[in-house]
Amino acid sequence: MIKFTNVFKAFPKGGLALKDVSFHVAKGEFAFLTGHSGAGKSTVMKLIYADERPTSGDVRVSGYDVNQMRPRDVPLLRRKLGIVFQDFRLLEDRTAEENVAFALEVTGARSSTIPARVMRVLTQVGLAAKAQAYPRELSGGEQQRVAIARALVNEPTVLLADEPTGNLDERATRGVFQLLRDINASGTAVVMATHDLDLVRQAPYRVIELQEGALVYDSAVDEARDQAAAP
Amino acid sequence: MNLTFREAVLTFKRAPLLSVLSVTTIAFSLFVLGLFGLVVINLQDALHGVEERVEVVAYLLPGAPIEATAQALKDVEAFPEVQSATYVSEDDALARARAELVELRDVMQELERNPLPASIEVKLKPGFRDTDHVAAVAERLRGFGFVDDVRYGRDWVQTLDRLRGLAAAVGFVVGAAFAVVAIIIIGTTIRMAVLQRSREIAIMRLVGATDGFIRRPFLLQGAIKGLLGGLVAIGLSFAAYLWINRYLLQSAFFTNEQAAAIVGFGALIGLFGSAMSVGRHLKRV
Repeated sequence: MIKFTNVFKAFPKGGLALKDVSFHVAKGEFAFLTGHSGAGKSTVMKLIYADERPTSGDVRVSGYDVNQMRPRDVPLLRRKLGIVFQDFRLLEDRTAEENVAFALEVTGARSSTIPARVMRVLTQVGLAAKAQAYPRELSGGEQQRVAIARALVNEPTVLLADEPTGNLDERATRGVFQLLRDINASGTAVVMATHDLDLVRQAPYRVIELQEGALVYDSAVDEARDQAAAP
Repeated sequence: MNLTFREAVLTFKRAPLLSVLSVTTIAFSLFVLGLFGLVVINLQDALHGVEERVEVVAYLLPGAPIEATAQALKDVEAFPEVQSATYVSEDDALARARAELVELRDVMQELERNPLPASIEVKLKPGFRDTDHVAAVAERLRGFGFVDDVRYGRDWVQTLDRLRGLAAAVGFVVGAAFAVVAIIIIGTTIRMAVLQRSREIAIMRLVGATDGFIRRPFLLQGAIKGLLGGLVAIGLSFAAYLWINRYLLQSAFFTNEQAAAIVGFGALIGLFGSAMSVGRHLKRV
């Protein structure tokens, strides 16, 4: 599904954003990507959605080779991903419903199918009643739910969430996190970058930790090794 | 297409002032072009009238054999450039001179001998009434043994030719200059629209819109602005034409095809301007 093999990424002004990073996220898996600010979490995310290309090494996502892919294939890759950001990235002059529909319209979905699909995901994130509200009329947690609905509407195989709870209070954080767990439970792989360690400890999910661009801990690998080493 | 159109129209709503500005600029550019076009059209009409009178006259040697002359007439008529060739005998020439030169009628009456030579008057087909063709026909006429001299209004034909060339050249230069100005202005408005919507464009990219999809509303928007500009320009030109007809002189207006071509040209300028701009600026968003 997502496979990094010995990935290096240089900053444009010199220095390395990522140093020899390798990991594999399987279909349907939930993985945390943790580390301090500047550890390289967002770079990993950008490589996954092909906003950046690795300086060396191999990045494969949903059958695409990010190093080799043609620019015109990038939109096709992104349609297989759902992406959620800390700052929601909603269009202020459109309602919740229109924001979600927008993601379908730009991919050329048949317009007759759009309203039903939009309502289905808005219901899934618990915002059906606020479909006509504009972003400024919604709380942070609700705006993030709209963003998640937009990410889900194309039925992605992977949901990428880059600090999705970074701007939310504790209650909204719990709600959004539970929503991501539900989405994962229905079969969608989730990669969530966060530095909220409380959240990470709460759930029995895989943890990949980055430090200054290097992968320093991967629970899937390290726990297996620990178990093998145990008497 | 539905979404593309909606997005394009939305831009007019979002930045009405900017849109009006670009439509107005295209309109004025095309209006100036249109005025020049009217001048060229009317000049062309006037030239056309003058052109019809361009003819080549071959004066024959006295005593040229009738059979040979008749054969020559047929040959000349078969030239691809020639519309008609008329034989004017010595007597015809004298009769015509008497009729046309009334003041000299008395002198002519007293002549013992007709001093005028017979001639072949050659009219050229439209499209061949320029220096090169006239000279070529004259040269061929000189080749006949019984032709004494060939005359044609060489300077006159050349002047006419130059005038037409000048009109076309100035029209082309002015047209090109205004087209460039209009393209730059459209490009600038598109650039502002792209920057204004950079956030939206970034989101479109994230959810998997292709570059072509993102570009289309901007292209359509440019084409619509150009089209509107062209329509306004035709309206202004028509107003100018009415004014000129009323106060200055009787003149001609564009045919429907020409008017449509101007509007189409406006749309093309708009499309081209936005295509140049949007390609460049999308990369930076």
